[in-house]
Amino acid sequence: MNNLSHKVLDILKADCRTPLEDISVMLGEDSVKIAAEIDKLQKDGVILKYMPVINWDKTDRQFVEAIIEVKVTPQKEEGFDTIAKNIYQYEEVRSVFLVSGMYDLLILAEAPTLKELALFVSEKLSVIDFVTATSTSFILKRYKQDGVIFEIPTRDRRLLVSP
Amino acid sequence: MSERFVNPTISNLPQSGIRKFFNIAQEIPNVISLGIGEPDFVTPYPIRRHAIDSLLNGETQYTENAGLIRLREEIVYYLKTRFSLEYNPKTEIVVTVGASEAIDIVLRATLSLGDEVILQDPGYVSYAPCIIMAGAIPVPVKTRSENEFQLTAADIEEKITDKTRAILLSYPNNPTGSILSLECMQDIANLAVKHDLFIISDEIYNELVYDGNTQPSFASLNGMRDRCVTINGFSKAFAMTGQRVGYLCAPEGIAKQALKIHQYTVLCVCRTSQAAAIAALKTGKETDYKDVIMMRESYDRRRRLMHSALVNMGLSCVEPKGAFYAFPSIASTGLSSDEFCERLLKEEAVVCVPGSAFGEGGEGHIRCCYATDIDKMKEAFLRMNRFIQRLKEE
Ligand SMILES: Cc1ncc(COP(=O)(O)O)c(C=O)c1O
Repeated sequence: MNNLSHKVLDILKADCRTPLEDISVMLGEDSVKIAAEIDKLQKDGVILKYMPVINWDKTDRQFVEAIIEVKVTPQKEEGFDTIAKNIYQYEEVRSVFLVSGMYDLLILAEAPTLKELALFVSEKLSVIDFVTATSTSFILKRYKQDGVIFEIPTRDRRLLVSP
Repeated sequence: MSERFVNPTISNLPQSGIRKFFNIAQEIPNVISLGIGEPDFVTPYPIRRHAIDSLLNGETQYTENAGLIRLREEIVYYLKTRFSLEYNPKTEIVVTVGASEAIDIVLRATLSLGDEVILQDPGYVSYAPCIIMAGAIPVPVKTRSENEFQLTAADIEEKITDKTRAILLSYPNNPTGSILSLECMQDIANLAVKHDLFIISDEIYNELVYDGNTQPSFASLNGMRDRCVTINGFSKAFAMTGQRVGYLCAPEGIAKQALKIHQYTVLCVCRTSQAAAIAALKTGKETDYKDVIMMRESYDRRRRLMHSALVNMGLSCVEPKGAFYAFPSIASTGLSSDEFCERLLKEEAVVCVPGSAFGEGGEGHIRCCYATDIDKMKEAFLRMNRFIQRLKEE
């Protein structure tokens, strides 16, 4: 990947709504060139989606989320991939990672209620072939996600005017 | 009534031109400030962590007057590797309370009653008062936008008298955002030799130079080291304004005298802040100055955004190459820079600093700082544009 794509990604990562014109000014590059770069990043599957970071606690939507650690016996041919696929097809599953350490897969799951999430684990997840154990931790509070701190933003402590 | 006890030299010093704007701005809701002269980053975490650890370890005592030797050694290494400067950590470095104290003690250590000091106009607000408090006379030399606010040897030479002792300058420059070409530096260096002057170079913005430009250090020029005092600090490059650590580097003959003033007035810089400064340089060295570079790149993007916005408003503005200020001309509006800034603040709640706060030579310009959140900056541009359009209709 070239230097320009890194710079473009940096800017979009901080704010994916940054107008094309601003990106072009900030990087001192022609906006047609930037547009082509972004297009390419999308086509190549580098940029998959643009999504807001939402603080759901400030909305009236109620749901529960959990981090689920999953132990599996890997299959001979496909390793962990097939099992991961079987897991990520469920709508409750937000993220799946293969991880090092005491267990193999880490899942982020959500459901409208505690009961539904528990049922997902016991009736859908645990019964998947080769899943040998799960451990569920419910998320109680979100402090920081995707680099965004969820508490009240710290105010600018600088004096309004300084030399 | 207590005025009769006051030293007239002090009471005659003008109030900083910035004060007034601070007072008005405080009363205005939703004000956006482009008038701040410090980074909008919090000091990088490893540096803060180190300061806390130092406190927890019980490092709460006085230090050597000149600063912890480990800090002085780190400073020497930093200046050598990044700015080709050679100093002896034991005898040629004094760690000071910000670059601010360094400016004061260097002037007091070197100037006598009636000496004249050449300084660039516009320039940093504390130079002239510090020169006056040292009993000497500031002699401003105007820099011009046509020449990208570079100080020229020819302009300096016109002001040289038999009282002239020193040239005080600072590039990258506050408030103009300009840098000084090697050619101009060399000419000034030659002039200094010709008239036996010494140079005080405030290089506090040395890490903030953009677009592949560089700003060499004055003392690194051939033969200059021994007639040069280099002033620098941690405030800008490492986002450590509140920790108040700076330093001066000078040949032993000068450093020794400056150290005396420091010893009798300050004793030593806060030990916790010195620990933070050590961490800044050590972490910097170990990570190829990753945090410094990250901040510089962030300023660079906002620099371009601001310059383009100012030009689009119809203001003429030299492209800033260093520090974090743009210095557009507002002469086309027919207002003085003070009137412009006061009305902009009262009518549109945007703070800019009038160029006149930085000396007569700053008149007709305003200083806008781009170490400001992008969304806020863009809102400020909308307001400024509206203001300028309205002025045209008046
Ligand atoms: C040119 C210049 N010199 C010195 C200083 C003071 O820096 P310090 O925080 O190190 O005292 C500033 C701060 O704005 C500055 O702009």
